[in-house]
Amino acid sequence: MTTHTSAVIAAPAPAAPAAPRRRARRDGRKWLEIGLFVGPALIVFVTFVILPVALAAVYSLFNWNGLTPLERFVGLDNYVRALTDPIFLGAIRNNFTILIASILIQGPLAIAIALLLNRKLRGRTIIRAAIFVPYVLAEVIAGLAWKLLLSPRGGVNALLEAVGLGAFAQPWLANPDIALWVMFGILTWKYLGFAILLMLAGLQGVPEELHEAAAIDGATWWQTQWHITLPLLGPTIRIWAFLSIIGSLQLFDMVWVTTRGGPVGATNTMAVYMLQYGQGAPGYGSAIAVILFVISLVVALLYQRFAMRRDLVGAITSGVR
Amino acid sequence: MSVTPIVIDEASAVDAPPADLPRWRRSWMAQPLVYFVAIVAVLISVGPVVFVWISGFRSTADLNANPAGMPDPWYFQNYVTVLTSARFWGSVFSSSLVGVGTTLGAIVLGVMAAYVIARYTFPGRQGLYVLFAAGLMFPVTVAALPLSILLRDLGLHGTFIGLIIPQVAFALPTTVIILVPFLRAIPNELEEAAAIDGTTRIGFFWRILLPLSMPGLVTVGVLAFIGSWNAYLLPLLIMAAGGMPQELWTLPLGVQQFSTQYSADTGAVMAYTSLAMLPALAFFLIAEKRIVGGLTGAVKG
Repeated sequence: MTTHTSAVIAAPAPAAPAAPRRRARRDGRKWLEIGLFVGPALIVFVTFVILPVALAAVYSLFNWNGLTPLERFVGLDNYVRALTDPIFLGAIRNNFTILIASILIQGPLAIAIALLLNRKLRGRTIIRAAIFVPYVLAEVIAGLAWKLLLSPRGGVNALLEAVGLGAFAQPWLANPDIALWVMFGILTWKYLGFAILLMLAGLQGVPEELHEAAAIDGATWWQTQWHITLPLLGPTIRIWAFLSIIGSLQLFDMVWVTTRGGPVGATNTMAVYMLQYGQGAPGYGSAIAVILFVISLVVALLYQRFAMRRDLVGAITSGVR
Repeated sequence: MSVTPIVIDEASAVDAPPADLPRWRRSWMAQPLVYFVAIVAVLISVGPVVFVWISGFRSTADLNANPAGMPDPWYFQNYVTVLTSARFWGSVFSSSLVGVGTTLGAIVLGVMAAYVIARYTFPGRQGLYVLFAAGLMFPVTVAALPLSILLRDLGLHGTFIGLIIPQVAFALPTTVIILVPFLRAIPNELEEAAAIDGTTRIGFFWRILLPLSMPGLVTVGVLAFIGSWNAYLLPLLIMAAGGMPQELWTLPLGVQQFSTQYSADTGAVMAYTSLAMLPALAFFLIAEKRIVGGLTGAVKG
């Protein structure tokens, strides 16, 4: 193939016959613009997001205190140590307990409330704003408020006593039998409003005509919701579930400020464990980070593969367009 | 179930205004239940917050005697103490500085990158988008420890800029993902018209695209600001572990520190926690539409 023909093939459109040099200059300018515009974001993103995660993978192979040179290579010892530590395994189990409970309890609850609220109501704006309040607060600040409320001499016990249910009063977050479920309760309080608003937004996308048509055909309210609204709400539900899964696996702030993973590890999570055992030993901590990353990635990819392939979020696997 | 007869009535009610919802959905029989659920949801959501606010108006001795009572008498010293303390205002300043810095950084870097991804054709464009989108899978938690070591090596540990830049980096994926479709939706005809009038692509970006994409920029800005304002793990590892003076810690960090340090003084902790909630709530009231729209829009892609 001659140079001439290949040049013809490469030229995309039979536009104005630009002189090759002018074209080259225009191309150069275009690449300069691309570089100038994407460059800063790319550098910051790679340096402070990608690189640390890559570094974690490297550090995780060393026994390292973060100060001395990185030289005591230990292979996969950190991983073995983590995955044979009952405390860490307990933390993983807690993460998954929260995850499953979130999907099974928060999801249906949010959908039910959203279905009920999806109509003309007096004070609708105020209701929406109010149920969104917990979500707006910093997890740390909400956590501290709940720590005060749930302490043995806190507001919750006092209220129980005031209404004659004093028998139920207890050190909520200090009782290992129930602490994880109390934690789940706090998280539900914090995130249910967001789920409800998300579902309400999704319900806006369900065409009213479908309801009317179903009504004309004699469908009851429940039949309409079950056969029409819920399936059409599918994409919203799946995206909410995705966010909820990732959030459950990364859980840190709330636990750290309320219980630090206690009592006796009852509310421990992977991230809390990572900070407790890894801050002075970045080698070991990095191994925990990598395990957390791999678990999140595998769960996310499995979820995308089986639940979300019909929706967008393919953003990650399928790209633009 | 009992709604069915009403449905049939409704179908025959020809003269009902078409824009109205079908009446079966607003049937008065269902309303009391709906209002009940709404009121319970509101009470559960707001109750604990109000409880903490009110408790802040009680002395610690009063709180210890009866943790659930109303203030009697109303005691203002807790709030006065917090509002006149340097550390509270230091935290507000610090949170604001870091929040504004993170927001501006994320918007500027994000819109530039999104512009190229949305409106230039070049090999590698797709890969660039996937790279940023993949950032959603790289949580702060995973990067946190190596990041703090990296910042230490760069001499940025325990500085504002050392907190702002990583926060910008972690805000970029959401920013780019929201902005790319937004920028792409701006019609090509506008760009062509601008080109015919002699505008360069940079000129088009500045004078036409940026003003047109303002709603999108506000949305990503609000998201970045809230993320920064509520962040805890990075400030913990960069400010607290980095040796920054306590008066300059961001609010979540400052509140946590205060509540540990003065745990015996419940009234003061209640007041400090209450006041720490206020800025976020005020911001929420101002930007509610943007926040809700942004969050729901963000996850709907």
